[in-house]
Amino acid sequence: MPKATNADDSDAPDGVQIDLISGERMAGMATMEKIRMILDGVHDGNIVILEEGLTPDEESRLIEVTMAEISPDEFNGIEIETYPKSETRDSSLLGRIMGSDETEAKLTVIGPANQIETLHKDETLISALVSRN
Amino acid sequence: MGLFTELKDSISRATDRLFSEQEPKRIGIYGPPNAGKTTLANRIARDWTGDAVGAESHVPHETRRARRKENVEIERDGKTVTIDIVDTPGVTTKVDYEEFTDEMDEEDAIRRSREATEGVAEAMHWLREDVDGVIYVLDSAEDPITQVNTMLIGIVESRDLPVLIFANKTDLEESSVKRIEDAFPQHKTIPLSAKEGDNMDEVYDNIAEYFG
Repeated sequence: MPKATNADDSDAPDGVQIDLISGERMAGMATMEKIRMILDGVHDGNIVILEEGLTPDEESRLIEVTMAEISPDEFNGIEIETYPKSETRDSSLLGRIMGSDETEAKLTVIGPANQIETLHKDETLISALVSRN
Repeated sequence: MGLFTELKDSISRATDRLFSEQEPKRIGIYGPPNAGKTTLANRIARDWTGDAVGAESHVPHETRRARRKENVEIERDGKTVTIDIVDTPGVTTKVDYEEFTDEMDEEDAIRRSREATEGVAEAMHWLREDVDGVIYVLDSAEDPITQVNTMLIGIVESRDLPVLIFANKTDLEESSVKRIEDAFPQHKTIPLSAKEGDNMDEVYDNIAEYFG
C-alpha cells in the first residue's frame, strides 16, 4: 500500500498538504496503524481528512497517544472536527441490534492544533481556517 | 464429593456476585477544562463526607491527576446510595504551555503542560477501563458543541455507561441551560451552580436515581 507523501522537502511547493483518506483504505487497518498514520501526517504539518472517521474507542486512543506526543515548542496537539450527533439518529435498542450505529460514517478533519482553527460548527457544517503555521 | 464441590463453587460464585453488586459504583466526573469538575466534586464530597477532593483554580488544568473519593454516602428519601466519585482532569486534544505563562514562569508552565497531557491520558484510561457511570460537566456559559464534548459523549455512549449532563455555572449571566439541552437531547441535563450550591437537591436526587 503506498504511503501518503510528505511535502516537507525543500523542493515542495509552499502550501498545506491535504490527505483525503478513503474508508476503503482505513478498513483493513488496526487501530494503532490508523492512529500512527494520522499523527505522522499531522506531525508533518498535513491536514488529514478521513472519509469515514474513527470509532469512539479509536477516538479515545487517538487522544491518549496525542497527549503522549505533545512536546513544548514542537507539537501542541491536534485539532479534530466531526459533525455532532444528529437528533434524528436511530439510537434505539432495535437500531443498535440492527447495527445502525455501525454504519454511522462521519467525515473527520484532523490537523496540527497550531495550524487549524474551527470558525463554526453545527450539525451540518464545519468551517475551519487552515494556516501555513 | 463432586456434587458437593459443585454446590460449594456455585454458592461461592453467587456470594461473589452479591458482594460485587454491593461495591460502590465509581462515577467519573468528566468534561472539558474549567467546566467546574473539581468544584462539583468538592461540593459533593463536602456535603456528604466533610472533606474536599482537590484544589480549585481558574487556571486550566489545575487537576492533573484523577482523584477518587471513596464511599460517598448520599441519602435520599430514607435510602442511602454509596458511590466513589472520581474527579478527572479536563479532556482536550491540545495543550500549549504558553497558555499558562501569564500565570507562572516558563519552567513551571512547561511542567504544568506536561502533567496536563499525562492527566488527560489518565482520564481517558479511566473512562475506558474503570468507571461505572459518568457525570459530564459543562460550563453553561460556553458553547457546548465542541469536538471534545461530541467525542467524549460518543465514547461514553459506546460503552453503554449511564450518563448525566450537568449544566454548571448557572450563576453566570451568560448561562444557557437550553443550549446544552439542545446540543445533547438524548441525555438528561441538570442545571446547577456547584460554586454557589444552587439546585443541589435535584443533583443528588438524580445521582441517586441514575447511579444508585
